[in-house]
Amino acid sequence: MVKRKQLFNGITAIPDLSWPLVMKVVYRNLLVFKKTWKANIMFNFIEPMLYLWAMGFGLGVYVSQIEGLSYIDFLAPALIASSAMFSTTYEMTYGSFTRMGHQKVFQGMVATPVSMDDVVMGEILYGTFKGVLYGIVFLIVVALFGLVKSPWALLTPVPLALMVMSFSVMSLVWTSIAPNYDSFGYFFTLLISPMFLFAGVFFPVDNLPAGIRFLPWFTPLYHAVEVIRPLLHGKVAWSNLADLGWLAAFVVLTIRLPLTMVKNRLIQ
Amino acid sequence: MRRSVIAARNLVKRFADFEAVKGVNFTVCGGECFGLLGPNGAGKTSIAKMIYGFSPVTAGKLEVFGEDIMTGARNIKAKIGVVPQEDNLDPELTVWENLLVYAGYFRMPKDMAQRRAGDILAFMDLQDKSGAVVEQLSGGLKRRLTIGRALLNQPALLILDEPTTGLDPYARHLVWQRLKKLKESGTTMLLTTHYLEEAGQLCDRLIVLYHGEILERGAPRELIERHTGNDALELGVEPARHGVLMEGNEDLIKARQMLGDDLVLFTGHGRELAERISGRAAALGIPVRHQRLRPANLEDVFLKLTGETLKED
Ligand SMILES: Nc1ncnc2c1ncn2[C@@H]1O[C@H](COP(=O)(O)OP(=O)(O)OP(=O)(O)O)[C@@H](O)[C@H]1O
Ligand SMILES: [Mg+2]
Repeated sequence: MVKRKQLFNGITAIPDLSWPLVMKVVYRNLLVFKKTWKANIMFNFIEPMLYLWAMGFGLGVYVSQIEGLSYIDFLAPALIASSAMFSTTYEMTYGSFTRMGHQKVFQGMVATPVSMDDVVMGEILYGTFKGVLYGIVFLIVVALFGLVKSPWALLTPVPLALMVMSFSVMSLVWTSIAPNYDSFGYFFTLLISPMFLFAGVFFPVDNLPAGIRFLPWFTPLYHAVEVIRPLLHGKVAWSNLADLGWLAAFVVLTIRLPLTMVKNRLIQ
Repeated sequence: MRRSVIAARNLVKRFADFEAVKGVNFTVCGGECFGLLGPNGAGKTSIAKMIYGFSPVTAGKLEVFGEDIMTGARNIKAKIGVVPQEDNLDPELTVWENLLVYAGYFRMPKDMAQRRAGDILAFMDLQDKSGAVVEQLSGGLKRRLTIGRALLNQPALLILDEPTTGLDPYARHLVWQRLKKLKESGTTMLLTTHYLEEAGQLCDRLIVLYHGEILERGAPRELIERHTGNDALELGVEPARHGVLMEGNEDLIKARQMLGDDLVLFTGHGRELAERISGRAAALGIPVRHQRLRPANLEDVFLKLTGETLKED
């Protein structure tokens, strides 16, 4: 009980944010990213490529149609979302944990006019940027395969940004209570991988057993996929706004959590 | 009196149910170098962290530049430079990038940041490391960069938590010389260190902490006079014979201290005491393995103070 109180201490206070300094934190992360982005992007993008080949062109041959789409048309847009999800999630778990842990980068920043809230907000924005960037790179690949059918696809960054921001938030919450690197294994096995497999990337959620069919609705990935798929095929509907609203609401309702929890972890 | 830069009143720091700082009072005036001494775990870093706004004050009041640190941290932090006990440089960036990025946190314009970074590399003798990635620097070079980084914003107050730990003698003297220069130009400093020579050279006043409480305070010279007198006489004599040897010389002995098997006598009249003791040793046939008269220093005071407390515990 004492422990929980410490975890959420100050959650009702208004965050102490200075946006110019938040951007300095983002800039710092971009500067480091610039040094490794080539190796990084390759690595992060080979995996969805493999899925596209294996599932789309391999398995897809045996699948006639899903929701009126060929299997590869069904799969490719969702892989844009999932590759963005993975890159953000890796960055905001292993990456952030390293920066706040043995590198002590956060501790260095807050000895200046930068506040801990600025630091964590900077992390969230950087995680968001990275996810969107990787999503866009994969979108371009998908387009090169001729799988983009509509200029509506240009709006893909909107659902992507909202979705990866919610993954930034979720990941940082986990990172703030993670005792060590190994514990991120649980995060990926229990949360991220099930989303990847069951939130509508590989097959429609209607195919899930009736008892758990409602579950994907609670995940950001599901709502992002629900928007990105019609965007790529130019089949947008008003109902897509509800998915965007869900994602926006998720971010607004949860963003205070990592600010508080990371601060309470580091500042004693 | 000069304006106070740091004012701590009944300052308390508690971690869960452990009290690391137990209600200390001190004031640091503008332009002075103020030392925090004390054995490991005494609470020095805990106090330093509260001053630079990292660690919240549990109880009491802490004002920096006349502003409460708990409410005015952002303004205060703009005017201070921090050398933490553990380096927290950006390991993946180069030396130059480290300085420029850090300048950004103070919202320094880019041309000014570049000028300051250049000055600092020269000041800390790091010019030829400008392009090196910090991860690959030696421990001492990192330390020098950490000190240099703390000077970027031309701070009015410098907080130095064991700044010279891990430095080679050349670098340590370089840092001392640089710190003296900064002091001359009016920078206020709070210094924690385990090198008593460093404290003696740099500090105008200091406090000795022990288990979160202040044991003693004063100027280095003052403390030496108060506790030991000017001279220290080291004697390599069997512990069993210490008593007899000192007999009759109590009037000259201000304090004494055991260091291993050696006896150290503190006195205001070193030459006279040395003569008397050798005379007595010769008369009684007590073997003296070695004997050395030297000026007493802050280290003697420190050992005496913390040694006494250890005995009392
Ligand atoms: N985050 C923390 N949680 C619990 N206890 C802590 C924490 N930080 C410090 N302490 C305890 O507070 C006491 C004072 O620590 P502090 O780091 O201030 O000592 P110090 O005087 O700087 O010692 P050193 O000379 O070794 O650097 C120690 O007993 C330490 O174990
Ligand atoms: Mg310390």
